[in-house]
Amino acid sequence: MSVVYEKSKGLTDVKLHYCPGCAHGIVHKLLAECLEEMSETENAIACVPVGCAVMANKYFNFDAIQCAHGRAPATATGIKRVDPSKIVITYQGDGDLASIGTCEIVHAAARGEKITTIFINNGIYGMTGGQMAPTTLPGMKATTAKHGRDVKVQGNPIRVSEMLATLDGPVYIERVSVTTPGQVAQAKKAIMKALKVQKEGLGFGFVEVVSSCPTNWGLTAVKAMEYVKEKMIPYYPLGVFKDLTGEGK
Amino acid sequence: MAKGKVTIDENYCKGCELCVSVCPKKVLKLSETRINEAGYNPAEVVNDDCIACTSCARMCPDSAITVEKID
Amino acid sequence: MAKVLMKGNEAVGKAAIEAGCRFFFGYPITPQSEVPEYLSEELPKVGGTFVQAESELAAINMVYGAAAAGARVLTSSSSPGLALKQEGIGYITNADLPAVVINMMRGGPGLGTIQPGQADYHMCVKGGSNGDYHNIVLAPASVQEAVDMVMDAFDLADFYRTPVIILSDGLIGQMMEPVEFNYSPKKDLPSKDAWALKGKGKGEKHMIVNLNMDAEDCENHNIALQKKYDEIEANEQDWEEYCMDDAEYAFVSYGTSARIVKSSVDTLRAAGYKVGLIRPKTLYPFPVKAFKRENIKKYLDVEMSMGQMADDVKLACNDVNKVAFYGRTGGIILTPEEVVEFGKSVMGGDK
Repeated sequence: MSVVYEKSKGLTDVKLHYCPGCAHGIVHKLLAECLEEMSETENAIACVPVGCAVMANKYFNFDAIQCAHGRAPATATGIKRVDPSKIVITYQGDGDLASIGTCEIVHAAARGEKITTIFINNGIYGMTGGQMAPTTLPGMKATTAKHGRDVKVQGNPIRVSEMLATLDGPVYIERVSVTTPGQVAQAKKAIMKALKVQKEGLGFGFVEVVSSCPTNWGLTAVKAMEYVKEKMIPYYPLGVFKDLTGEGK
Repeated sequence: MAKGKVTIDENYCKGCELCVSVCPKKVLKLSETRINEAGYNPAEVVNDDCIACTSCARMCPDSAITVEKID
Repeated sequence: MAKVLMKGNEAVGKAAIEAGCRFFFGYPITPQSEVPEYLSEELPKVGGTFVQAESELAAINMVYGAAAAGARVLTSSSSPGLALKQEGIGYITNADLPAVVINMMRGGPGLGTIQPGQADYHMCVKGGSNGDYHNIVLAPASVQEAVDMVMDAFDLADFYRTPVIILSDGLIGQMMEPVEFNYSPKKDLPSKDAWALKGKGKGEKHMIVNLNMDAEDCENHNIALQKKYDEIEANEQDWEEYCMDDAEYAFVSYGTSARIVKSSVDTLRAAGYKVGLIRPKTLYPFPVKAFKRENIKKYLDVEMSMGQMADDVKLACNDVNKVAFYGRTGGIILTPEEVVEFGKSVMGGDK
C-alpha cells in the first residue's frame, strides 16, 4: 500500500474553527501543499486578515502575522521589503480585500510588490454574521440587505481580478473555484504559479477563489457549492486575467 | 482500475458531505449511528469500491481523509 | 563628528540612518514632508528602503510588517496623518513590536492649519487608538535634541518592544540649527530572534498575533502590557530644570513652547521673580518625579494647545488648584512677552 493523499505538513494539527463545508479549509491546504511541494514552508510568512480567516495563523505550519482589517498587503509589503528572500503571502476575504482594504490591494498590485495574494470571494461577511459584502451578487440576500442586494440602493459588486488586471504592476492574476475536485486541482495550479512568480522575483501574483459560505447563505455545504456554480461563477467568470510570465495558461 | 483505501480521521470530520458528493464510486456516506467528539455524524466507508482517485480527500476542508493505493 | 547646519526634518531622517534604521514608510503631509523627501534620497545610498505609501494607514501597516520582520523602522507624519496612523500604532503596540513614529505637529482639529501646534498631546500621550496602552513619547526642544531623541527612540523601542513617538512640531521640523550625530546604543538590546518573522527554518514557527478569542487571554495580555508600562514609568522619566533651585513658581512647558518660556523666565528673573521652568523631555512616562516639591506655590503650564499637558501637571503635583494654564493654539506660536504677562498675572503683578 502506498499513501496517495494525506494531510499537508504545511498545516498544523489544530482543528479548523470553520463551519462544516467551508471552503477556507480547502484553500488553506492548497496553500500548504504548494509551499510544501516548493520546499518553502520554512521560508514562508503569511499575512492573515480580519474575518473568518483571522486565526489562519494557527493552522498554517509556517510564520504568520494577524493584520489589521484590509491592510494585509501593506503589512506584507513591510515584511517583503525587509527580506526579499522570504515568500510572503496575504490571505484575505472579500470584506477585507475588496471593501476596507481596496486601497491597499490596488496599490500593492500597482507597485508590483513581489508578494502573493489569495483572495477568498464568497460574497458575504462570514465572521460578523452574513452582512452584505462588496462582492455580494445583485439580488443576493444578506443581513444588511434583507430583501436582496438592490444595485440602485447598495451599488454594484466589484470584480477584483478584472480591475487589478488593468494595472501594469501585477504579473499573474487568475480566478478559480473549488466546487469540484477538478476545480480544486486547477486552483492549486494557480496558487503554485502565483507563488513561483514571487519566488522567481517576477512580481505580484493574485489568485481569486470563488468560494462558498454555507452558514450565512443558509445552504448545506453541497448545495452551497452548487450555488457557486450556478450563481457566483456566471458573475465572476473563472480564468486567467493577466499573465506576463510568458507561459500562457 | 486501481484499488484504494480511504481512512477518515473521524474527529476532524464535520459531516459536511462534500466528500460524499464527489466520490464517483459512492464509497462514503455519513454515519447514522455514530457521533464524533465535536457532535458531528462523521463520514464513513460503506463499500470496497475505492479507486484511490483522491477526490474525497481533495475536497475535504478539514484534511480529515488519507487515501492509500493498494498495490 | 563636526557640527553641520541642518533643517529639523532632514536631521531627524539622518539621525534614523545613523541609528541603523534602513526602512521608512510614509506619506507626504506639511510640515514634515522633508522627512520622506530626505530619506527617499538617502536611504537607498546605504542599502535601505524607502516606500511612499498610498496613505498613512498603509504606511503604518507597512511599519507593522517591517517591525514584525525584525527591522528598525521609521515613519513620520503630522497631526491629521498621525490620527490616521492610530489604527496601526494600536496594532503594533498590542503585538509588542518596536517602531519609531515622528509627529511634526500642526494646528488642529481636523485639517486645522499647517502652522506649528502642540494639540496632539492627548492623542499621542494618552493612546490615540483603542484599548489600554501607552507609547513612549519624547518631546525635543531643539533640532539637536530631536536628533538625539530619534536615536534614543530606536533603542527604547527595541528594549521595551513598543512604539516610540517623537512628539515635535512644524517649527522644529522647519528650522535649521547646527547639529552633530553621535550614536551609540545606551542600552543592552535584546535579540529579536525569539519572535521576529524570518521564516521558521528548522525551528518553531513564529506568530505575531493581535486577536485573543478568549477574554481572559486578552486581560492577561493587558496585564503584561501594564507591567511594561510600570517599568517604563519607573526608569525612563526625563526632564530638564531651569532656574529651579530657589524657585517659588515653576513654568511647565515642553518642546517649542519651552524654548519660548525659557526666555520669559530670564525676563521674569531679571524683574525679581523667583520663577523657573520644568521641561518634560518624556511626555510618557510623564516626569512626575519632577513635581515632588513643597516650595512651589504655583505651576504655570504653557502649551500651544488649549491645555492638554496641564491635566498631567495637576496629577503630578496632586493639586488641581496649584496649576494655572496659558496657551495659544491653532498654529499660533506663543511670544515670550505674552508668557511674561501670564507669569506676572499669576505671580502677583509687577515687582
